[in-house]
Amino acid sequence: MNEPEAPLSLILFSGTDDRLGAAAILATGAAVMGRPVNVLLQYWALDAFRKGQVGMFHGAAPEAGSRGAELVRTSQAGERHWSELLRQAKDIGDVKIHVCAFSMELFGMTREDLDPLVDDIEGVAAFIADAGTGPITFI
Amino acid sequence: MTLAQTPVTKTIDARGMACPGPLLSLIGAIRAGAVGDTFAVLSGDAGSKTDIPAWVAKAKHEIVEIVPAEGYSTYVVRKAR
Repeated sequence: MNEPEAPLSLILFSGTDDRLGAAAILATGAAVMGRPVNVLLQYWALDAFRKGQVGMFHGAAPEAGSRGAELVRTSQAGERHWSELLRQAKDIGDVKIHVCAFSMELFGMTREDLDPLVDDIEGVAAFIADAGTGPITFI
Repeated sequence: MTLAQTPVTKTIDARGMACPGPLLSLIGAIRAGAVGDTFAVLSGDAGSKTDIPAWVAKAKHEIVEIVPAEGYSTYVVRKAR
């Protein structure tokens, strides 16, 4: 792993557990393969990273329906939970979780309201700068 | 196929873990181990079939062998650096 790798840049907007789970798997895969990962939390994704509330059920995307939502609820538990995957990804690779300053203000949140998985509060220009010329994925 | 007579430093039973759990378990063991150590990962996760060889190649370790069994496979990996 000598050559510099293109970063994976993920903007997480949705706060449902299925979308957060899919994003966590992507981030983990990139981290283990040696790519830096930058995650920016906006809106409902930020809401899911409130301190003490990460393990709560945050619902599923509309297409899941009620049966799908139950599947998401039961699968997002223990070691399979997206927060646990992100924790392991951060342990293994270069994974940074940033919070959008605008969304923080919108919800009236401060640094103390955030789960320790979050690294810092960042403006969107800094996130774009880190992404370089690489793609940005919006989930 | 049967397991070759490779001395295994540590066996990781990751059966029942979902993707990417078995790979993460292997990475954890390799990081904690010494160069030359050999790890056997038992995994029934279909993702392991592609992910373990991809990661081992990328991280420049070595696949010793992959032994399929009923419902799972054993991935034997040597820490090469």
